[in-house]
Order: sequence, then structure tokens, then C-alpha cells
Amino acid sequence: MLNYILRRVAYGVLILVGVNLLTFVLFFTLNTPDDMARLNIGGKRVTQEAIEKWKVERGYDKPLLYNGRGDGARKFTHTIFFERSVQLFAFRFGASDSGRDIGYEIRQRIGPSLAVALPTYLLGVIATVCVALLMVFFRATYLDFWGVTGAVVLMSISALFYIIVGQWFFSNLLRLVPISGFAGGWNLAVFLALPIVIGVVARLGADSLLYRTMFLEEIGKDYVRTARAKGLSEAAVLFRHVLRNAALPILTSTVAVLPLLFLGSLIMESFFGIPGLGSFTIDAINAQDFAVVRAMVFLGSVLYIVGLILTDVSYTLVDPRIRLA
Amino acid sequence: MPAMPRLVFLATDIALALLLAALAVYVWHVRRSPELRATWRPVFRDAAAMSALVVLSLFLLVAALDSIHFRPVLPRAEGAAADAPAAYSTRTYSVLDRLLRKPMEGTERTYSAPLAYLSYSKETVEVDGRPVREFPRLAHGGAHLKDPAQQWLPDLLQRSALGVGGGLLAAILLAAAVVAARAGTARIPFADCARAVWRRETEVPLRAVLMTAGVLLLIVGWVAAIWPAYHVLGTDRTGNDVLYQALKSVRTAVVIGSLATLATLPFAIAFGILAGYFKGWVDDAIQYLYTVLSSIPGVLLIAAFVLMIQVWIDKHPELYETGLERADVRLMLLCVILGVTGWATLCRLLRAETLKLSELDYVQAARAFGVSHLGIMRRHIFPNLMHVVLIVAVLDFSALVLYEAVLSYVGVGVDPSTPSFGSMFNLARTEMSRDPPVWWNLLAAFVFMLALVLSANLFAGAVREAFDPRARAFRPRLARSRPAA
Repeated sequence: MLNYILRRVAYGVLILVGVNLLTFVLFFTLNTPDDMARLNIGGKRVTQEAIEKWKVERGYDKPLLYNGRGDGARKFTHTIFFERSVQLFAFRFGASDSGRDIGYEIRQRIGPSLAVALPTYLLGVIATVCVALLMVFFRATYLDFWGVTGAVVLMSISALFYIIVGQWFFSNLLRLVPISGFAGGWNLAVFLALPIVIGVVARLGADSLLYRTMFLEEIGKDYVRTARAKGLSEAAVLFRHVLRNAALPILTSTVAVLPLLFLGSLIMESFFGIPGLGSFTIDAINAQDFAVVRAMVFLGSVLYIVGLILTDVSYTLVDPRIRLA
Repeated sequence: MPAMPRLVFLATDIALALLLAALAVYVWHVRRSPELRATWRPVFRDAAAMSALVVLSLFLLVAALDSIHFRPVLPRAEGAAADAPAAYSTRTYSVLDRLLRKPMEGTERTYSAPLAYLSYSKETVEVDGRPVREFPRLAHGGAHLKDPAQQWLPDLLQRSALGVGGGLLAAILLAAAVVAARAGTARIPFADCARAVWRRETEVPLRAVLMTAGVLLLIVGWVAAIWPAYHVLGTDRTGNDVLYQALKSVRTAVVIGSLATLATLPFAIAFGILAGYFKGWVDDAIQYLYTVLSSIPGVLLIAAFVLMIQVWIDKHPELYETGLERADVRLMLLCVILGVTGWATLCRLLRAETLKLSELDYVQAARAFGVSHLGIMRRHIFPNLMHVVLIVAVLDFSALVLYEAVLSYVGVGVDPSTPSFGSMFNLARTEMSRDPPVWWNLLAAFVFMLALVLSANLFAGAVREAFDPRARAFRPRLARSRPAA
């Protein structure tokens, strides 16, 4: 088991090397730092001095891969590749193009991101499982038919629409919750209520259809027939036997998402003015702050790989038949 | 001889035309092959899927009309030499623009509500030499009314009646024509055929199809009667007709939904087959590649690509002549980016399927006969993967249309000058917080997008059920369709 996990971690590091190389190629060789400087300073007529100054201030004036002027190891450490890409493995994100410390920003913003993403995720799983179970319980009735139809309609609506209409209805019209913002203490609940509800509703359609399929797959199995044959009521079969057995594939299918909750949701956070990592990323994209985008790409892949390993481990935990070698 | 307008072939126009041609070839191929016909049959018997197909066809028609671009000839300048080369307008129009010339050119100054004849906001106008704050009349919406307060409602009702009546007539004519054609080929009396259609006894659910077409015709008829005189869905901040913008956005959505899926196919198919067929280090390398790509959160990866592409477009102004072409280069590259970043899921499925196929007897036999690797992959494996490709492609279409809106909001979507549902939602965000709210932009984007995505989803569901026998078991069934116990 430990052996297996170590091997997965080693593979994960290998993947991260690939991610790093990809972002390096994308950000530094497709366009030179000069192009980025020109874009960032803006305007058509940018003097070469201004570009040089921009590059020196942000440390982009060094050679890409090999520094001939350095001595010893500094031939390789005084390069853009080392300072901007290799350092990421030690989670040293450096300064953003606008001069702020990215590592500090990330630590500050993980909390608010989690405050939205975690309740959204938990409530979302509970709500979708309930809806899916109801559809399965009333299968082959009009409730099931219209439930599936409704779910298809729900998943055909853009998340942006839910947010805009939700904000308008609950904040502008009913004035129940503030339209956006973030505060500590008890006020937090007031600010987070709407984004969480909208986050749950936006995922309800697609996920409840998926879970319904999982439940129906489980319901065709032999132990369900046995349970019915010994005279258990349909409710007992469904809630005691099927729910427990179907919970396993459902849980293992959502474990991979857990680490990514740290990143928060891009559109939710920017619409509701939550100072999390999602709005940080959007601001960086809009300001064309490449350093922040690179850092977030790296962080995102680290979390994804953690999710993959967690998924593998969770398989063995919930199903003793699976052994990882 | 009057000079012909100069046709402009945008990159996405050509791609879309090729795609439609490929679709036509596929339809022809399905008609010829009995196996494929049998597989597709459940789709054509599904009422929801066929109704969705009618709606989708209408959207495709709008997108196709909006994909034939040209630059009209400018009138000859005074005193120009008789043999001077014709000058072309700097603006590029599509066939759709020409069909909708009136709403396109009938711009107002700013917001106006649907069907209104007054502006949305008060302005200072001079009445008898004194400045007065009031709602000014619109330049085009209801401009033909002499006494709008009295005439507006009767005029609107009269036009609506005319339009809906015309639509109804067209719907009845269409239904009669379809029933007559069917009665002719089946050699049964017209009345019997009509009864069969009404009682849903036909193989293809003609009643549902005709009803959907009828509803669409009613809407089209109503819009056609109202649009020349009013802005059916109001105008946006710069005074452009919202319904016109929404129709233009259809093309953007269709282009992204179809071309981005198409762009994933070469990578996914080539890598998927290679990995599954050769196994060993080829498999390892390809798995590594797609794990790297899928480990980066989607929006971030696309954002990184788009930021880089933006710098690249700015650096190469020789690629485009007009603003429209520049926006189109960006749209095309966005599709390519979505393809380059999005092939991992399909590739994983195809790899698994190829692994399964390459162990089957007929592949072993082909190998024993000495068929080359390429020959086996091309003739024996690739055709048997097509159902996976088809299912994923139709499912991706609606996901991509929804995704476009999110990407545009994040700022890495289409060019800001390209009309799209994403930019309409973007504007709607500030508009809904005005007082009174400007709701028509949001409504237009919502209705059009829902119609497009919902019909795509319904059609995709039927296709998946037809091609994937496992999916069929989960179809919601009403109790009456089960055999009596």
C-alpha cells in the first residue's frame, strides 16, 4: 500500500514536471518577455527602455535556460527557467507582475474560497443524492419522467443565468441578502447563503441524472432481488441497501474534486465579490498578470494530482476486494 | 455590367461549410448502409429527439446564412475612369445581415424596452423653446405611428394577428403537404394518413415534428410581422436590436460547439488508437501526455493559451484585413485551443475501446494474415470506434456552448466585437442592477441559449441511447409501457 502510494507520488511529480515544461514553453518561448512587456505596459509606441525597465523590475531580463555570464551553478540558477519554474516545486511562487507576493496572497485567499466551495460541495452532494433517490423510488411514474425532464432542462441553463437572476431576485427585489461581499463572524452566513444555494442548483441537473444512473445500476443487482424476495418494503430496500452500496461509487467519484475546492469557483467568486483564489485568478487574467496565472496553473495541477491519489486510496478503503500493489 | 460583390471567406466560414458537407456525406452514407440505418432508427422514432432536430435545423440554418460573407461594391465615384477597378465597402456583410437589413440598420441611441415606441431613459428635449425632461420617441421603433398613445396597442394587436395568422396558415400548409406526401408514397387515402399521424401511429413521430415546426412557424410569423416596425426584444446600450444580436450569437455558439469538438478529434483518435494498439512505451507516453493536460484546471489552461494567442495576434497584423477578420482569427484559434486542450477525455475512452478491440479474433486474424499495422488500425479498429466518437461529439456540443459563456465572462472567450451569448450575459449583469432593470438582453440570451442547448441535449440523449446499449436501460419509462404482470 505504502509502496503504491509512493509510486503514485513519484508519478505525480513527473506529471508536474510536464506541466511546468508546458507552461514554460507556452509563456516564454511562444512569446518573448519583450512581447509580454509591451502588452502589459500597453499602447502601440512603447520605448525599448520602458520594456527593459519592466523586465529588470520583474526579473525577466535573464536568459531563458543557460546563463553564460554566471559561474558554477549560477550558470543555471540565474535563468528565467530556474527562477520562475523550478522554484515552484518548493512552492515559492515569487512576486506577481504587479509586484505582490503570490504566496502570501494564496495563503490569504484559500480561506474564503473554502468557505464557499466546501458547503456548496457538501450540500450539493446531499441534495443531488436526495433528488436522485426520489427519482429512483418513484421510477416508472410521471414523477420520474418529469424529474428527468426537469434535470435535463436545469442542466441546459447557463450557470451565469442562475447567478444573475438569483442576485436580482434575492438581493435587488426581495432584499434578503446583500448582493455581494464578504465579512467575518456571523455575517458570513448572510453573504454566503446565496452563492452556496446557486452553486447547488447549478450542478443539480447534471449530477442528479448521474447519480440516478448509478442507483439504477445498483438496483439491478442480485442482492436487491434477494432483499425484495424476503419481503422487505421498497423503501427499506432503497434506503438501507441500495443507498449504502451506491454511496461507495458516488463517494469515490467525487473524492477527486475535493482538493480542487481550494481553488474556489471562478465565476461564483467574481460575481459575489468573495476574496478567494477564484477571483484572484480572474483578476490576474484580466490584468494579464502572467506570473499569477502560471502559479495558479501549477497549484491547480498539484491539487488535481492529490485528488487522483486520494481516489485510488479511497477505492481500497471502501472496497476491501481491491488491493493496490 | 454591375460588378459582383466580393465574397469573403473567413476561416470559420470555410470550416463550417466543410463540416456541413461532411454531415451531408455521413447522412448519405447512413442511408446506404443497412446496419447504420438500423442503429439510427431509434433516434428517428423518438419524439423528443426529432422535435429537437427540427429546432436544431433552424439554428443551423441561421448559422449557415450568417456564414456566407461578402463585401458589397461601393457606388462608382464621381469622375472616376470608366475602367477603374470597383471599390468595395470596408464593412463585411453576411447573407443574414442582408435579410435583416432593417433591424440591423435601425439602431436607436440607447436602451429601449421590447416593442416600445419611447426610449428607456428620460432626456432633455426642447418643447416650445423650453427644456422638458421626458421619454423621447425612438428613431425606428414605432416611428410610423402618428399618435402612439392611441394607436400603439391596436397597431400591435393587428400586426400580431396578421403574423400569427400567417404562421398558422404556413403551419397548416406544411402539415397538409407532409401528410399528402406520405399518403402518396404509402398509397393510402389522405384522411387515413392524417388520422394515423394524429394518433401517433406513424413510424417517425410526425405529429411531434409537425407540432414543433408549427410552433416555430407561429413564432417566426409573429416576429416577421412585428419586426419591421418595432424592436421585438428591445435594444441594448448602444441601441442595437437585441433580437438581431441574439441571432448573430447563434453562429458563434454553433461554430464553437461544432468546430471545437472537431478540433479534438484528430488528437483523440490518433493518440487513442496508437496507445491502445501498440501498448508498451507508446501507451505510457500518451497516457503521460493526457494526464499532464488534464491535470491543469480547464479554464486556466485555456486562459494561458488565449493570453498567449492574443499577444501573437497583435504581433501579426498581416493575417487580417478588417476588424471582422481579426475577430474571426481569434474565434478560429479559440476553437483550436479548445481542441488542443480538450482531447484527453475522448482519448482515454478510445484507448480503452482499442485495447478491447485489439484482443478480438478478427484483429488477431488480420495480424496473422500479415496486414500492416496501419491497415489494421485504419480498416479494423477505426470504424469500430465511430460510435464512441459520435456519442462524445454530440454530448460535447451543448457543453461547449455553455462553456463559451463562462469563457467570455472570464475574459478569455471570443473577441469583444463578436456577438455571443457570453457577452450578452456579461452586459446583463450590470443591466439587471439598474432601476428599473433592463431584462430583455438577459431574456434574449437565456431563451436562445436554452433552446439551442436543450435541443442539443435531447438529441444527444437519443443518440447515446441508440449507440450505447447500456444507456438505454436508464431511460425513464412510464409504467404503462411495461408488460402487464
